[in-house]
Order: sequence, then structure tokens, then C-alpha cells
Amino acid sequence: MNKKDIGLLVLILVVGLGVWLRNPLFLSPNNLANTANLIGLFGLFSIAQGFVIITGGIDLSAGSLIALLGVLFVSMVGSLGVSWPIAMVVILLAGMGFGLLHGLLITRLNIQPFVVTLCGLLIYRGAARGYTADATAGFPFGSTYPGLDFFTARFFGIPAATYVLFVVMAIAWVVLHRSVFGRYLFAVGKNEEAARFSGIRTDRVILAAYVICAGLTALAAIFFAMYTRSVSPSSHGNFYELYAIAAAVLGGFSLRGGEGSIIGVVLGTILLQILQNLVNLLGIPSSLNFAVMGGVILIGVLADQQWGVLRERRRKQLAARQGAETATL
Amino acid sequence: MTRSPPILTLTSLRKSYPGVQALAGLDLAIHPGEVIGLVGENGAGKSTLMKILGGVTAPDSGAILVDGTPHTALSVQQSMAAGIAFVHQELNLFDNLDVAANVFIGREPRRFGILQLVDTARQRAAVQPLLDLLGASFTADTMVAKLSLAQQQLVEIAKALSYDARLVIFDEPTSSLPYAETEKLLAVMLALKARGIAVIFISHRLHEVERVADRVVVLRDGHLVGILPRADVSHDAMVRLMIGRDLKVNYLAPAKPRGSLVLQAKGVRTAAWPATPISLDLAGGEILGLAGLVGSGRTELARALFGIDPIYGGSIVLQGRQITLKTPADAVAHGIFLVPEDRKATGILLDFPVSQNITLPDLPRHSNGLLLSPARETAQAEASRQSLSIRVPDVATRTGALSGGNQQKVVLAKWLAMQARVIILDEPTRGIDVGSKSEIYRLMRDLADTGVAVLMISSDMEEVIGVSDRLAVMREGQIAGLLDRADFSEENVLRLAVGHSRAAVPGH
Repeated sequence: MNKKDIGLLVLILVVGLGVWLRNPLFLSPNNLANTANLIGLFGLFSIAQGFVIITGGIDLSAGSLIALLGVLFVSMVGSLGVSWPIAMVVILLAGMGFGLLHGLLITRLNIQPFVVTLCGLLIYRGAARGYTADATAGFPFGSTYPGLDFFTARFFGIPAATYVLFVVMAIAWVVLHRSVFGRYLFAVGKNEEAARFSGIRTDRVILAAYVICAGLTALAAIFFAMYTRSVSPSSHGNFYELYAIAAAVLGGFSLRGGEGSIIGVVLGTILLQILQNLVNLLGIPSSLNFAVMGGVILIGVLADQQWGVLRERRRKQLAARQGAETATL
Repeated sequence: MTRSPPILTLTSLRKSYPGVQALAGLDLAIHPGEVIGLVGENGAGKSTLMKILGGVTAPDSGAILVDGTPHTALSVQQSMAAGIAFVHQELNLFDNLDVAANVFIGREPRRFGILQLVDTARQRAAVQPLLDLLGASFTADTMVAKLSLAQQQLVEIAKALSYDARLVIFDEPTSSLPYAETEKLLAVMLALKARGIAVIFISHRLHEVERVADRVVVLRDGHLVGILPRADVSHDAMVRLMIGRDLKVNYLAPAKPRGSLVLQAKGVRTAAWPATPISLDLAGGEILGLAGLVGSGRTELARALFGIDPIYGGSIVLQGRQITLKTPADAVAHGIFLVPEDRKATGILLDFPVSQNITLPDLPRHSNGLLLSPARETAQAEASRQSLSIRVPDVATRTGALSGGNQQKVVLAKWLAMQARVIILDEPTRGIDVGSKSEIYRLMRDLADTGVAVLMISSDMEEVIGVSDRLAVMREGQIAGLLDRADFSEENVLRLAVGHSRAAVPGH
């Protein structure tokens, strides 16, 4: 864990403590399990977002993709009678396919990631609504799918999504912080030109980042579909891409690329979910939900940035003093 | 000869930078309506003089008299007020605006009182006469993006005229212009002169200077070494004055004779000069210097050989086999490495630690399969730090914190840790202190002695002559000539670079 992660962890503990003091229900097993489930769901696609932000890119299509893939999954299992493991594989492959498409448009045709995924946001949302003719996709009344219970089950009181997030986080951490590919991601994000001049196939690195991002988002989409049991295509997953970007920024990712940590983005997700929970538990009108979140992110980023400025100034003052001392010797 | 009083008089201007005497006491008077040619090699002090006249830097001592009023230094505003205008090789125009808007940028005529809208009609009406005067073939409402480079230069000149310029300084304006456009520009200079405006024409193209200059000022190592009056201006006279210093040559001779051919460019056409095929042979164990003026196509050749830019014809042959380079990764896989010109933008990742920069091109070797081995990375970086004597306390230090010379050693360390066949160095010692320079030369020679083919691009005459075993000189996209060590001289290189058929040395 780096210093930024520790700072974020302290912030989470302080906010948590504050909420608990005002409303002890915060630490009730049920509230904790619910929050942990949401952290699991949001964490998956926030980590996904991290992989493209580290390259200096962005994926605005995440929320719409969650809606489209959710609709497809529910309708495949619910009305087309596809067995759920096959449906799951199809959804994951479809997700990666969309990621590949994003990556190709960005690297081969040189369209800006913002534009490519903004179009994705619009197209996937429209496709989801068109597919169901704006109706809610759901499972037939009274039907049960024992295999799918895993997605919403709890083991030792902890939701499955939390376990899955933990596994994904561990793998993502190794990939980003310990693997050759992870180093390439940082290099490409810091200075794509210099990375290319070092013989790195930067196009492939960026392409892979978008495939990973959309693939993980597809996994999250299945969890979300099972969590809500029915998918209403016009509202399902709305603004989720912004939650993911917010979590990454809170977690120390730079939108310029080349900076970020997996632990950071997960902590960022945790903080955002605690803030959501705080609004509910403290009786703040839920209409203020977004305002609270925006305010905290702004303060967090501002504090971090000002802290950096201060440290840099102190470092220079120290260097100037040392310079003056050596000059007088 | 009676002359009107000078616009500008420079007396004993001095300016030094750490380790370099850029101007060592310069005296010059500039009169209205004269064209002064200013020539000298790279680093002779031309750009420093321009910066002082433009108000960008202040001289250490000396005086600048504007209309008889002495100044110790000019500010940018004073320079503009004195009527000094610049036409640079690289233009500073907004290509999303039209010609008139560019001329009036920052002082647009307004209308409609409080609305403060730009009075485009008045703006265009004011600019059109200037364009007519310059013989421009476009109108004031043309978008700058649609203009050729030469036409854009006319816009810059129109801008200078709109400021009532009395001295227009042309800084290598013709170096990227085709012949016909050059002719027009020379005519414009004479037109300015006819209106009583003084012109300073800086150029490496001596025959152009010869044609328009009333007198030629020659700089060398910060000294004004001669002023040639109109009658004495000749190509040879200028070259004689430009060189004629003692080069500090400490050539390191190769340990072995030149080996077999390693890399051949056969009729390669680059993006910058698609009409001109280039052929060049590079043998193992030799350092081939690639000289020529900036913009002569040297860097483009290097980029093509490293797979950055596609080639538009011809072929690249490595050890007898034709290869295709689509990306730098292909070049690296073939053992062709580049130490690029712009170290900070493309050579290294400034924010990465030294160790991670060194291992970046060869990461799979510093990992077990997929996962990195920090121990192996550190060991490699430590080994490089010692063998290249990179002065850094710890290889985990951020590379951006190192001096230029040590950063360049990090770039070299990246490639030296791998098996090189060809190494291309583009301006390897630019902005690097003398001590690191000689260390880098030593490294290049050691590398060549292991059988690697070394191609060194350089604008530094001392370096080109002192380090290379053989020299290729480029001019306007082609190899103007090849020189063996016996024929190395500043004069021969310069003649090939600026173009003078009489002095051309037969190639091999």
C-alpha cells in the first residue's frame, strides 16, 4: 500500500466511525452485508475502468454496457431457454468483443477514447431499450435457477460478489503491479511515445486494456442482473461509468494516465458506497446523494493535490537552503 | 558613401552560458535599407544574437543603441517598439484563423461599442494592401491552414509590416522551401530594402546570401570574424571565414578494420523527401557519421530505419536479408536500436526510476514468464550503472532528477543491456556536459569494436569529424557525398552540406 492508499483508508475509517456514532445500525450485520455486496458489484467495473484510465484512456460506455448485457443475459436464460453457464460465457465473450471494438477504433483508426466510448454509451443504451422495446426484461414468474443462486448467495454472512471482488482484486493487483504487462500499461500511460521508442507494441497494450475493461464490466453486468432480477433498460446502470471514474480518481488514478493502484480504486469504491449508505442512515434527503458524493470527491482530490504542492515547495526550500550552505562553505 | 544614421547599433555585446561563450564582444551597425547576410555554423552565436535583439535574453554586457538611445538590454516590448520583427523558420501562426486575423492578433479593431465585436471588414481592408505589396497570390480572408509554408511566411512579413517594422530578421526562412518559393522570398527581401527597411538574412544556403546581401557578417564561436562588403561576397570567402578554427579532435581509432556489411538502405524514400531515394551502407565495427544541415532528412532516415515511419519505397537489408519494419518493436527484435534526438520526450520516461527505464525494452528477460523479478531488474540496472558510470546514488531514483549526460547514459544502458546489431544515435551529445560527452564517445567506440554498426547523426562539426570513421553528408533529402577519414575537413563537410558542386567529393 502506498501513502495515498493509507490516506484513503484513514478517511474511510473516519467517515465510518462518524456514521456509526450517529447511527449504530451502520455496523449491523445486515447493513454491512448489503454494503459489502454493493462494493463487490461496483468494485468489479471500477477496477475495469482503472485498466483503461492507466493508459490515459477512459470508458464511458460501462453503464450502458451493463444494461445491454444484463438485458441479453436475462432474456437468454429467462425466455430463450439457454442454460446459464453458456449464457454466462456468451455474455463475457460479448463484453470482450465490445472491448476489442473500442480498442481497435482507438488504436487503428485513431479516434479519441472519449468519443469512441461516448458513442458506445449511446449505442448500447439504445440497443438495450430497442431489444426489449423499452419493456423490463425479467425471469418468468415463479421460475427458479438453482445454479444462479450463487450470484446472490452469502457465505459466512458475506455476499458472493465480495468474494469475487476479492479474487479479481488480487489478480488485478498482480497484473498491474507485478507483471510485465502491468509495467507496459504504466509506461504507455506515462509516455506512449517513449514506450513505443523502447520497442513496446503500444497498440496491443492499449487494445488489451480495453478488452480487460469490457470483459470485467461484463462480469459485473451478470452480477447486477442477478442482483436486480429484472433489468429495466432505460435506467439500469445509469451513471455507473461515472461511479467507476470517481472511484479511480479517488483511488489515486490520474486521468492523464500512468498513475494508479488497484488497492486505491477498491478503497475509492468502498468510500463511495459508504457515502451512499451515509445518506440513507443519517436521514439526509436521498436527492442530495450526488451532491454529497461530488463534494467529498472534490475535497479529497483538492487535499491530495494541495498536499503535493506543499511537499514540493518544502523540498525546494530545503534544497535552496542546502545550496546556500554549500555556497558559503 | 553617405548613409542615413543607423537604426540599430550594437557595441561589444557579450553573452555567456555555463561553459560556452555565445557572444564574445560583437559590434555591428544596421542601416535602413540594407540587406545583411548573417552566416556561421551551428553554435556560432547567431541564435543568441537573435534572442538579444528580440528581447528574449539580456546580454551580459555591451550596449544596444536604438536611434541613438542606449539600452543595456531590450525587452520584448522595446524590441517591437524599435521596429524589429522576425520571420522564423518555424511559424507562429494560428491556422484556424484567416490571414487578417493573424496579422491583427491581440490588437483586433472593435466595433459595436460595448459588444466589442471584431471588425473583420476593417481588419481585412487593412491587411490587403500589405499582401498586394508583397505580391501575395492569396487574399486577406484566406484561412492560414490553406496556405503553403512560403505563403505563411508572407503572412509573417505582412504582420511585421503592419507593426511598421524597420528591421526584419529572416531566420533560415528558405531552408524548407522549394526553389521557386525561395526566389519569391528573395524578391520580397529586395522589395523591403527598396522601402528603406533593413533586412538581416540568416541562412546556411550561401548562394542565396550571395545574391541578396549588401554585406555579409560572419560569426564563429561568438566572435565576429569578418564583414564582407558586397564586392567581396563569395561562397568561398564565406566558407573560409566560417571555419578556420582549430578543431579539438581526439579521434579514437577502431581496434579492428571495418567488418562486413550489416545494414543497407537501398533506395529508401522517407516521408519528408518521398521523391528522393537514399542508399547507404553500414558495416559492422564502424562509426558512420551522418552530417548535414537541420532539415536535410537525417532524422527522417533514422526514423525509417527504426520502424517509426513507414518507408515509401526501396528496401532495408539487414545482414543480407531484406526486413520489414512496421513498428519500433520490429526494429528492436532485429537488434536495431535508436537513441533518439529528443531524449526527454522519446528517449526515457522521466517519471520512471532509472532501473525501470533500463529494463523496459527487455522486460521478458527480467521476469519469470509473466511476473517481473525486481531483483533481476535491480541487478541489471546496477551492472549498467557501474559499466556506464551513471552518476546516481540509487537506481530507484526518478530518471528526471538526473543531469542530461546521465539521462543519456540511461538511454544507452537500455540498449547496451541487449544484443545490438545496429545502433543509431541522433544528436547523442546535444546539451550534455564535456565530461559525459567523452564518456559517450568512448562507449560508442567500445560498442563498434564489438562488431556493432554505429550510425551517428550530428550537427556538431567537432563531433562529426572527431568521432566518425566514415562520413555521409546529407543535403535536401539525399546523400550529397561520402568522405573517408583522410578527406575529413570542416570545409569538405560544409561544402557537401550547403551544396557546391565544384567541391563535391566523389562517393564510394
